[in-house]
Amino acid sequence: MSTPETLLRIDDVEVEYRARGRGAVRAVAGVSLDVAPGQIVGLVGESGCGKSSLARVAVGLAAPSAGTIRFAGRPVTPLGWRRRADDEVGLQMVFQNPYASLNPRRTIGDQLLDGVPGQLGGAARRGRVADLLDRVGMPATAADRYPHQFSGGQRQRLAIARALAPEPRMIIADEPVTALDASSQAQVVNLLVGLVRELDMGMLFISHDLALVHEIADVTAVMYLGKIVETAPTRELWRAPRHPYTRALIDAVPQISATPTLPKPLAGEVPDPSNAPTGCRFRPRCPHAFDPCGTQPPTVDLGGRSAACWLTDPTVAPATAAAS
Amino acid sequence: MTIIAPDPVTPDPKAVKALARRGWLGRLRGGRGTGRPIWRQPIAVVALTILAGWLVIALLAPVVAPYDPLAQSPDAYAPPSGTHWFGTDSLGRDVFSRVAYGARLSIPLALAIVSLALLLGGLLGLVAGYVGRFVDEALMRLTDLVFAFPQIILAMAVTAAFGPSTRNAVLALVIVSWPVYARVIRSAVLTMRGEDYLSAARLLGVGPLRALRRDVLPNSVGPAIVLATLELGNAVLLLAALSFLGLGPRPPAAEWGSMVALGSQDLSMWWVSVFPGLAILTVVLAFNVLGDTLRDRIDPRYAKGR
Amino acid sequence: MALLDVENLAVALPGPRGPLPILHGVSLRVDEGELVGIAGESGCGKSLTAQSLLGLLPPGAKVTGSARFAGTELLGLDARGWQRVRGAGIAMVFQDPTAALHPMLTVGRQLTEHMRVHLRMDRRAANRRAVELLDQVRIPDPERAVRAYPHQFSGGMRQRVAIAIALAARPRLLIADEPTTALDVTVQAGILALLDRLRAETGLAVAFITHDLGVLSSLTTRGYVFYAGRVVETGPTGALLTAPRHPYTAALLGARPHGTQAVGTLRPIPGGPPAPGEAPPGCPFQPRCGYAEPSCGTAPPPLEPVGPDRSAACVVRPHLEVLV
Repeated sequence: MSTPETLLRIDDVEVEYRARGRGAVRAVAGVSLDVAPGQIVGLVGESGCGKSSLARVAVGLAAPSAGTIRFAGRPVTPLGWRRRADDEVGLQMVFQNPYASLNPRRTIGDQLLDGVPGQLGGAARRGRVADLLDRVGMPATAADRYPHQFSGGQRQRLAIARALAPEPRMIIADEPVTALDASSQAQVVNLLVGLVRELDMGMLFISHDLALVHEIADVTAVMYLGKIVETAPTRELWRAPRHPYTRALIDAVPQISATPTLPKPLAGEVPDPSNAPTGCRFRPRCPHAFDPCGTQPPTVDLGGRSAACWLTDPTVAPATAAAS
Repeated sequence: MTIIAPDPVTPDPKAVKALARRGWLGRLRGGRGTGRPIWRQPIAVVALTILAGWLVIALLAPVVAPYDPLAQSPDAYAPPSGTHWFGTDSLGRDVFSRVAYGARLSIPLALAIVSLALLLGGLLGLVAGYVGRFVDEALMRLTDLVFAFPQIILAMAVTAAFGPSTRNAVLALVIVSWPVYARVIRSAVLTMRGEDYLSAARLLGVGPLRALRRDVLPNSVGPAIVLATLELGNAVLLLAALSFLGLGPRPPAAEWGSMVALGSQDLSMWWVSVFPGLAILTVVLAFNVLGDTLRDRIDPRYAKGR
Repeated sequence: MALLDVENLAVALPGPRGPLPILHGVSLRVDEGELVGIAGESGCGKSLTAQSLLGLLPPGAKVTGSARFAGTELLGLDARGWQRVRGAGIAMVFQDPTAALHPMLTVGRQLTEHMRVHLRMDRRAANRRAVELLDQVRIPDPERAVRAYPHQFSGGMRQRVAIAIALAARPRLLIADEPTTALDVTVQAGILALLDRLRAETGLAVAFITHDLGVLSSLTTRGYVFYAGRVVETGPTGALLTAPRHPYTAALLGARPHGTQAVGTLRPIPGGPPAPGEAPPGCPFQPRCGYAEPSCGTAPPPLEPVGPDRSAACVVRPHLEVLV
């Protein structure tokens, strides 16, 4: 369903790692996902579901073992022993840990300049740095300082300023606020969302925090054990999840209420990806598992949304067991 | 766009700006933004003084030394006295004059060995760590090969093959000592290859060589510099061993190591080996202290905020 | 009755320029069999409070005030006194269970050691109880689990093992310092349910430290909100979080995703919390507070009653609206 407006197109991507003594581990087992300009796509899932591996491959930091990634219609080539092509620089990434994503020995200004086109003159380049800092709400004087002189929230803003330097059209944000405190979390998320909306960029926002993704994403994709199990406009996903795993994730989010109400635990644990269950990967933990689940469910288009669950198939599903 | 009030920014911006403008050499001078100036750290001052002292002695050896370092006299094995401050050796040569002239030979040669080894090893380590795969594999097996032999035996073999001379001794010692630097730099680069800031720079379109120079190298030289200062002592000693075997600076030449070796044959004449030994000790210690101070200073993380 | 009664606890840690006050007169209470929550951002002093209750403060720390546990004064205990309190009186679990588990000893050995020291049990009785404890924290196949090493468990299971070890010597109070922060929501829900069940079954009191107000609300019945080393508000959790009386509590609630799906509903708190020793005179929250008045700058406001079993440290007491 590639439209001309698709900015980032992840098509049936697989990522395999060779782990010592365990053979190949398939961290991402065939994922397709599209992001349009001006759209925020949230990707949620628990640790080990492969969402970070997918992010690294999607941005070109690693090569997929199968499948393709296209940015603005052109294939993304994995970084190797060469400079990144100019038309790929519009695809940028914001990393999880702002303490590791800035070089401790270089000034902020110097690092921002890495992304400013070299043909600009000296004064123009300095002006660009000041503009970038202003965009993320940091004073121009920050350019002459080193990363250790800033707090975590400030560093993440500086990292965002750096990602904005080449005027990107698409940002992949991998857990960008997980390492931050509650008050800076909201600041950084609002900043990121504001920039994406204002500059009409696309954003793939990866997080384990379902409530946060619910707040900002237009479309949410839910990943479990290397596969996307459900994709839907965020509001619909939250209101009427069609996959039992999505339901379980939503039910496990602790809510604020006048009387203490415990969130619902999900039985079992995420299996080791090197030893994934046959058929539907969620089957061993699924409260609704039934006969057809021994076969891998196809991803079914449900009209503007999709899910990979046999319950959505009226020909096999028992009439009583609706996922919600 | 969303308006966000900037967080209160803690460090004194003026100091930081000054710090950035001076670069890392400037930071050695200290002042605002770098914590204590280097001359307020007693141990660094002692080290600097010792090295400066040796520099003066080396430069002014003809003035400082009361005797010709090679001149023999019948007055052999004279203990330290007013006429011979450090006594005389088996051939009646003045030990003080020989130690003073020795500074002209041992310090520059040791520096040359260590810097050449650091350069060669550092470069190969950088390539091995950054390129990885078969290049890494080949280079690391080569270091294993060098490590497999005792350093002195290998150095002897190399010098013997090239023909004994001071230049070939230096070359031989570079050949036997580069692998440590290669290993240290390689492991530093390897841990850095996965760093997010390197990935971020590459994603912005920074080429691999430029990223290597600006993001990888500055963060990996620290341990190698510290190692190099430690290795200076080793270089002095290895050079001494070679010259003692007639494979380095030729025996009559005043060279600290060979002087220690000569004196160690009869320890009852302690002054013959103790004074050149002290010379080696002070130089090595001073370089070590200086290396530590240097590492702390080059890294802005160690520079205290206010 | 109060199992733990902390009055006016103040802690100063040694700093480069003399003692640095971190806690400024904290008072709190935990009743028998009660689930009490302690919330706040990192650096607000919530973990330091826990450390002072277990005698785990760094050397050179200056402590004043009082902390009575089951009628005994804790502050000023000697090493033997602390030894008696820890384990059998107050036990603790941490955010990172691997830090609390010895990697080279079997789970059974770590469990029985406590019982043999504190309860003077013989080996067979201790082993039997170890299996019981693992069963109580819902570790599958407890007989096999006692012979396993910590690395053989997943993160969530490891935290369960750490809780079992903490419970080994039958403590009356469990202090849990962010025990679910590193866990996925589905696993977190399981740990919360476990703590709630332990309280109901064994009368265990729990002091639960967290930065997540959702967790606070869903698990605990009474809560304390910390800011810059002070308690700024306390009360029954439901009321505290649905009708806060302190602007900071309200601001924390506003900065958190509500799931209302309207962009811009994350309302960040401007700025960041003050570093220790750099708090402004007067109310520590005043520079970030939207309701601050000139009188806020004079002296830190005392905690004053604002309703049934509720108090807040705010002189302005504005009308606060909260989206929940």
